[in-house]
Amino acid sequence: MVSNDSSSDANMKVSTKIVIAGGFGAGKTTLVGSVSEIPPVTTEAIMTAASNDVDDTSATPNKTTTTVAMDFGRITIDQQLIMYMFGTPGQSRFWFMWDDLVRGAVGAVVVVDCNRLAESFDAVDYFENKQIPYVVALNRFDGQLAYTVDQVREALEIPESVPVIDFDARDRRSSGRVLVTMLEYAMASGKRDAELVG
Amino acid sequence: MSYRRRRSTRIRPYTFTGGRTRSRHPLMVQTLVSVADPMASPPRNMMPESRDIYELCREARSVAEVSAELKIPLGVTQVLLSDLADQGIVFIHPTITGHSPSENQVLERALRGLERLFQ
Repeated sequence: MVSNDSSSDANMKVSTKIVIAGGFGAGKTTLVGSVSEIPPVTTEAIMTAASNDVDDTSATPNKTTTTVAMDFGRITIDQQLIMYMFGTPGQSRFWFMWDDLVRGAVGAVVVVDCNRLAESFDAVDYFENKQIPYVVALNRFDGQLAYTVDQVREALEIPESVPVIDFDARDRRSSGRVLVTMLEYAMASGKRDAELVG
Repeated sequence: MSYRRRRSTRIRPYTFTGGRTRSRHPLMVQTLVSVADPMASPPRNMMPESRDIYELCREARSVAEVSAELKIPLGVTQVLLSDLADQGIVFIHPTITGHSPSENQVLERALRGLERLFQ
C-alpha cells in the first residue's frame, strides 16, 4: 500500500481502523468518546451516490449529493501505530456511504440498544454480507438489559461464532474491552479471503 | 483563511479538484499522510488549501483529521492529498487492514496495546 518511497524509517507510522456501527442513539459516539484520547471529532463528507433521498440537489443537477457528518476517535497504541474508530452515520438513509467508511477496516462493533433491537438489523446484515468480522455489543445504559445476550443473539440471528457481549458505553474500560474482543475475533477469523473487502 | 468557513462551498471544492471525485492513491479515512520532508518549506504556487494541508502534515495526520481540522470535505481532501502524493510532496503511510498475513505482527501489537490501555 506504500505509494511512494520518500519516507525515512522514523516516518513509518502506520494506522488501522475499527468501525463502530449501530442504530441512531445506540451509543456509538459515547463508546468512541470513552476510549478515544481526543474528543470525538466530526468531519463532513460530501457524498455522491444514487441515493433516493430528497436532499437538495439543485446545485448539482446531474448528481445526488448529500453532506453527512461522521464521528471518529483515536488511540495511540505506540509511537508507530495509531488506531482510529469511526462511527457510521446512524440514519439508514446514509447507508450508501458505508462502503467508503468501512473500506480497509480490521473489523466492526455493532452497538445495540436492547430497547430498539430492530435498528441493529441493517448493520448486522451489512457486515454479514460483506464478510467483515464484527462483534455485537449490548449497551447497558443504566445498568439494565431488557434482554439476555442469548435472546438478542436469537432475535438478531447472530451466528454462534460471532461474539455478543454486554458493556457500558460510558465506561472507558468496559468500552475498551469491546475493542479488545473485536480485535481478538478479527484476528482469529483473519484467515478469510483477503480479496473479499474491496 | 476565513472564506473557507462559509457554508457556501458546496460546488466550489470540486472546481479546484478539476471535477475529480476519486483519488488515485489508497487514501482511506484512517490513512496517515505526512510531508515527505518536514524541514522543507512548501513549494511555491500551491493552492491555499494545499498549503494548509502541507503545514498540517509536517506531522503525520489521518485523512479524516486533515479534513476535520481544515474543514475541507473528505472527498476534496482525498483528491488534494492524492495530487500532493503524485508530486512527491506528501507521503502516504501504509494502512493496516488485517487482510494480509504479513500484518499479523502489527495486529498483535495493537491487541497488546489495547489490553494494556484497558486492563
